[in-house]
Amino acid sequence: MTTADAATGGTDTRRPWWRRVFGKHPIGYLFAGPYVLFWLALFAWPLYLAVYMSFRDWFFAAPGAVVDRPFVGLANYTDVLSDPAVHRAALNVAIFILINVPLTVIVSLVLAAALNQVLPLRGFFRTAYYVPYVTASVAMIAVWLFLFSNGGMVNQVLGPLAPDPSWLVNRYWAMPMIALFATWKQLGFYVLLYLAAMQGISETLYEAAEVDGAGPLRKFWSVTVPGVRSATALVVVLATIVGANFFTEPYLLTGGGGPNGASVSPVLLMYRAGIEQGDAGWAAALGVMLAVVVMALSAVNRFFLEDRE
Amino acid sequence: MSDTTDTPATVDDDAADPAGTAGRTERWTPGRIGSFALLAIGAVVFLFPFWYMVVGSLQTEPNTTVAGAFPSPGNLTFANYADIDSRVDLVQTLINSSIFTGGVIVLTLVLGLLAGYALAVLDFRGRGAVFTIVLLSLVLPFQLLMIPLYVLLVRTYGLADSYLGMILPFAVNATAVFIFRQFFRSLPEEMFEAARIDGASELQILTRIAMPMAKPAILTAVLVTFIGPWNEFLWPFLITKDQSMQPLAVALANYITNIAGRAANPFGAILAGATVLALPAVALFLAFQRHFLSTDVGSGFKG
Repeated sequence: MTTADAATGGTDTRRPWWRRVFGKHPIGYLFAGPYVLFWLALFAWPLYLAVYMSFRDWFFAAPGAVVDRPFVGLANYTDVLSDPAVHRAALNVAIFILINVPLTVIVSLVLAAALNQVLPLRGFFRTAYYVPYVTASVAMIAVWLFLFSNGGMVNQVLGPLAPDPSWLVNRYWAMPMIALFATWKQLGFYVLLYLAAMQGISETLYEAAEVDGAGPLRKFWSVTVPGVRSATALVVVLATIVGANFFTEPYLLTGGGGPNGASVSPVLLMYRAGIEQGDAGWAAALGVMLAVVVMALSAVNRFFLEDRE
Repeated sequence: MSDTTDTPATVDDDAADPAGTAGRTERWTPGRIGSFALLAIGAVVFLFPFWYMVVGSLQTEPNTTVAGAFPSPGNLTFANYADIDSRVDLVQTLINSSIFTGGVIVLTLVLGLLAGYALAVLDFRGRGAVFTIVLLSLVLPFQLLMIPLYVLLVRTYGLADSYLGMILPFAVNATAVFIFRQFFRSLPEEMFEAARIDGASELQILTRIAMPMAKPAILTAVLVTFIGPWNEFLWPFLITKDQSMQPLAVALANYITNIAGRAANPFGAILAGATVLALPAVALFLAFQRHFLSTDVGSGFKG
C-alpha cells in the first residue's frame, strides 16, 4: 500500500480518515460484497445449520409449520456411530482411499513423466487422458455397466475366469470396482497437474544428475519425484476428499450401494436417512463427522508431504 | 555441462503442437520406446469406454463379444436415440441442462470477476478475510452442506423443481475467483493507476480495461465452470422430482435405475443417452483444450 500511495503523489499532507479506516479503495467492499453475501447465505449459514441440526431431533415438516425440534445432545452422533451401515460405509471409504490414492499417485506420475518428453502424438495422448475427466459420471457409468454386466464384454473376454456373481453385484468386487472407476475417471486431471509441476523442474537438475551418471530411472526417482512433491501433496488431498464424498458411483454403478450394502458410502447413507426417510438430524451428524475426518486427513497429508523438506 | 541430452525438457504447453520437437534429434532409445508404448496403452484404456459408448449406442442388437466393439454394417441403427428420446425427452432435458449450466456460468462470472478484481487490485481493510472466505469454500466438501442446503432451499424457500434452486449452490465458486485474481494480479499496477488518474471509476476499469484483457481467463473460467453443472448429478437429482425440470444427467440416471428393464434394447438406449450427455462437454474440451488447464486449480490451492 505504501508504494502505491507514493505513486499517486506522496505530497498529500494527510490521508482522509476513511482511507485510514477502510483502506485505499473502500469500493472493494462493493466488489467483494456479492460473493461474500452468497457465501454467507449458501455456505456459512448452511454450515451452521448442519451443526445445529446435528444436535436436534430434526425432521421435515410442512413449510411454515411451527414444530418442536428438541435438543438431543449427542444422540444423533451416538446413533450414527453405532450404526452397522455406517461402519460398512467407513470401511468402504478406507477401501476406496487405499486403492484410489496410491494408484492415482503412481499411475499419473508415471504417465506424466512419460508425457514430459519429446514424443510423437504427445498432444493426442494428453487429450485422450483428459476425456473421461470432462465427461459426465452418469454417461461413463452407463458404459461401465455395459462393460462389466454379467454378459458384458469383460466377462466374455475372461470366459471361465469371470467372477461369479459378476463384478458389480459381487460383494467382494463391488467396492474395488467403484474405486477403480473413480480412479480412471479422475486420472487425466492428475496427469496434467503433475505434468505442469514437472515443467517447473529446472533442466540443470537433470543435467547434473546425468553428469553424475544417473540413468532414466534414477533421474525419475531422484529428480522428478522430489521435484513434484507439492503436487503430490495436492493430489493426495484432492483424492482423499473425492474418496470421502462419492455418491453417484454406488447409487448408479452398484445399484444403490449393493450388493446387500457392500458398497454403501457415507453420502449415500446421508441421502437415504436425511432426504428419503426425513431424519435430517442423523444425516447432518454424519455429514459433520465426515467433514471433520476429511479435513483432518487433509491436514495430516499436507503436513507430511509438504513439510518434510 | 553436457550439451546433447534427451532429458525431459521443458516442453511447450500447446497441446496441438509440441513445438519443442523443432531442432531436437529424435532417437528411438529403449526408454523412449517404452514411454511411447506406455502412453499408447494408457490412451486405449482412457478412450476405449468412450468409443464403446458410441458404438454401443448404434447397435440394433447389443453385441457384447469383442467383435461388438467395432461397428458392423449389418447392426447399425439410430433407433436407440429415438428410443431414449421417447422416454427421457432429450430436447427438454437438454434445455434444462443448458439453463442450469448457463445460469451457473453467468453467476460465477459476475461474482468471480468482481471478487477477483477486488482481491487482486483493490486495497481495502478486510481483504485478507475475504480471501480466507474464498479459500474456505474450496476446502469444505459440498456433501456436508447437502442436507442443510436441501432444508433451506427446498423446505424453507420452496425452490424444489426450479432452475434457481439448482443454480444457487453452485454460485459460490472459488475456482473462478482464483482464476480471475491470478490474472488481474499479473497486470501491471501502473495501468490501473493511469486509468484512475484519467478519472475512470473502478467499475469502468474492470469492464472496459481489465475484462477485455482477461478474455483468456474468462474463457478458462467458463469452460472449467461448464463441466461442473453440466455433469452434476447429486444436487439436481435431490431437488428435481418433476421430470420436465430435470437436467439430462438426472433424467438419464433415473432411466437407468427405474425403467431400463422395459426397453427393447436397454443398453442401446442408455448408451445413446450417455452419448448425447457426453458430447457437448467433450466437444467443448476438444475445441478449447488449451484453456482447460488443471494448473489453474492447482495454483488456486497454493493461494
